[in-house]
Amino acid sequence: MRAPYLAPLLIVLCGAGPCQREEREVRPDPAAVAETDERVALSTITAGPAAPVVETSGKGRDYETNAYHLSQGKTLYKWFNCNGCHANGGGDSGPPLMDDKWIYGGSIENIVAAIREGRPNGMPSFRGRIPDPQIWEIAAYVRSMSGNVPAAAAPSRSDSLHARPAENRQTPSPPVPGGSTPPSGLMPE
Amino acid sequence: MPVPPASAAPPDDGQWTAPAKNHANTRYSELDEIDTGNVARLTVAFTFSTGVNRGQESAPLVVGDTMYLVTPYPNILYALDLTKPGAPMKWRYEPKPAAAAQGVACCDVVNRGPTYADGRIFYTTLDGHVVAVDAATGGEVWKVRVGDINTGETLTMAPLVARDKVYAGNSGGEYGVRGWIQALSAEDGSTVWKAYNTGPDKDVLIGPEFKPFYAMDQGVDLGVTTWPPDAWQQGGGNVWGWLSFDPDLNLLYHGTGNPGPWNAELRPGDNKWTAGIFARDADSGAARWFYQFSPHDLYDWDGINENILLDLTWQGQPRKVLVRPERNGHVYVLDRTTGEVLSAEPFHHLTATRGVDLKTGRLNYVPEKAPQMNRVVRDICPTAPGAKDWNPSSFSHQTGLLYIPHNNLCMDWQVESVSYIAGTPYVGAEVRMYPGPGGHRGVLAAWDVANAKPVWEIPEKFPVWSGAITTAGGLVFYGTMDGWFKAVDARAGKVLWQFKTASGIIGQPTTYRGPDGHQYVAILSGVGGWAGSVVAADLDVRDGTAAKGFVNAMRDFPDATTKGGTLYVFKLP
Ligand code: HEC
Repeated sequence: MRAPYLAPLLIVLCGAGPCQREEREVRPDPAAVAETDERVALSTITAGPAAPVVETSGKGRDYETNAYHLSQGKTLYKWFNCNGCHANGGGDSGPPLMDDKWIYGGSIENIVAAIREGRPNGMPSFRGRIPDPQIWEIAAYVRSMSGNVPAAAAPSRSDSLHARPAENRQTPSPPVPGGSTPPSGLMPE
Repeated sequence: MPVPPASAAPPDDGQWTAPAKNHANTRYSELDEIDTGNVARLTVAFTFSTGVNRGQESAPLVVGDTMYLVTPYPNILYALDLTKPGAPMKWRYEPKPAAAAQGVACCDVVNRGPTYADGRIFYTTLDGHVVAVDAATGGEVWKVRVGDINTGETLTMAPLVARDKVYAGNSGGEYGVRGWIQALSAEDGSTVWKAYNTGPDKDVLIGPEFKPFYAMDQGVDLGVTTWPPDAWQQGGGNVWGWLSFDPDLNLLYHGTGNPGPWNAELRPGDNKWTAGIFARDADSGAARWFYQFSPHDLYDWDGINENILLDLTWQGQPRKVLVRPERNGHVYVLDRTTGEVLSAEPFHHLTATRGVDLKTGRLNYVPEKAPQMNRVVRDICPTAPGAKDWNPSSFSHQTGLLYIPHNNLCMDWQVESVSYIAGTPYVGAEVRMYPGPGGHRGVLAAWDVANAKPVWEIPEKFPVWSGAITTAGGLVFYGTMDGWFKAVDARAGKVLWQFKTASGIIGQPTTYRGPDGHQYVAILSGVGGWAGSVVAADLDVRDGTAAKGFVNAMRDFPDATTKGGTLYVFKLP
């Protein structure tokens, strides 16, 4: 859904030169939003010679490249107390989110799944607590913490203590499967 | 010279059956085979891998011919046979705590130790249980759930067992968890009494017997009226530290944790009964007195540190006292019968407070250092983990000095808005810690209790996050976060021996007489805890606010040590 009344204004402003205006979706009614269904894998191998079957809708890219969604994600990241467990990306009781190591996959679809489903070693499930589009916004913001969104779209400042380099200055660190082995995985049998 | 009451610190039998050694919390052993003259020859007797690479804050216990140790989550209890070469495993008990508990543990998934009494080992599990295990067989005697991880509640403390009761409380001051302490029947784990540390008097077990010394702690339902409406329900005041017990007075002493959230602007008022200490009737739980170290705490100054019970002559009068090296940076000497503060002297560089008013009992905060929304307040000393955190001091019955392992840190602090979502952190502050004056981050200090002043100090590069013990051999033992286990001359403060263990040390040393009649010293190596979570949890040092701001002070720490989990036991050759 686009706000139609913006269109004439944009034409006037952009008439003189090149001007690209980012699309800004007006927030849909949470109740009306169905959960998105992306087919992702948690493993890089499959039973067979090829890579695992992964089919994503492309929605993730729309969120990752959109400055509005990223900045909303940054706000929501605090509103839902993600920072309490993951700090500003450096981690706390939860693992760091600004590094390149991902236990459960570093794609935006993986991150959406982590937020929605929770993860066994202490990541709460937020299904039914955060409306779906906002989960995508938060996930897109999480991707920006490790520099995996376009710098032009990533947030450039925080409202609080200067804790870490701004997301838009973060050196891109593409996801690597790994991360801390959760202590339960270390439990002797 | 101060001495612990004999009833709370009976003559040493060469065992070490509770982390604090005795009910007076002195952590002193009368064993003297290892002494200042021969300690330099100490060698490794045996080692054991705990199998868990998280912070080992626990104390290895020795009962008869068996050693007991409990790991961080997943809280495995091991029994080792001291009669056989290399101390092989006798059995292990696995409580299989819920994995999700790891997310709601504020400061690593630690456990502060088991306790032994009457043929049973008692300890807490991260997912909110207290268990009793048969010390001979490893069979579970009872296991009761007292906390709910869905609301952010965990258990990390070492229980105290006195007479027929097991005392334990909850952790969760960073998750808006309402603090409590319970007495469970040692027999079957049933609850005998339960006292909350916020809320109406009836929940706090405040009745006619309650006689706090200072006016600030007197009144009806202060656990409600010193909070904004209903804020006490998420108010913290948890019991995750050390308990002591005076059998003569039949009083149990326990501290209360920080108020929640950290953002103090959200909770105007004194926030009773957080950041203080209760004396309770050990049988009924009825509160006798309370003293608040940090009224309306601004900086996460939990009041849960060790309470050392001593009898001494104070200004010519015999007094029964309780000594408390407190997170807010003062060593308090309280009259343990009334809660009166006899003295409160600083043992850490202080910028945020200016002394304690002994007339009113109030800590004087420096107004310029009070956190305000939208402002970064700089150079606050000490920090959120305090001048010292949970890691217990030791009082030497021989030298009369208290040995305090502690931090030397300052911080910047900014409060921010936060909403309460059950089971997620309720903090509302961003913190950045850094070394205090001198640049070192830790200290082992010898403190003269009777004269309320420091005697000597050993600076350490990193925070000293291990406990200390003292022995009749004239020694103090403690460990450093970069892995050195040290023996120090208790009088001179000189390091006489040190051994580099595999990982950093944040555990509690113990010493015992083995089945062969000789003295041994035990310590768990394995870094972690709040201070060491940067290593234990692989945190990213680029974010100074990680681990609630501790990472900023520990950016170089991953270069100094790695994870581990190993028991070391030493003896003379
Ligand atoms: C109560 C603490 C807690 C809260 C609140 C929390 N997390 Fe987590 N999170 C964890 C823990 C612990 C893990 C690791 C789980 C595991 O290893 O099984 C984790 C894992 C994750 C992962 C997977 C990391 C990887 O390497 O695969 C992502 C992504 C994540 N959290 C994002 C978030 C976001 C976004 C929020 C806020 C909506 C959030 N978390 C809130 C504790 C928390």
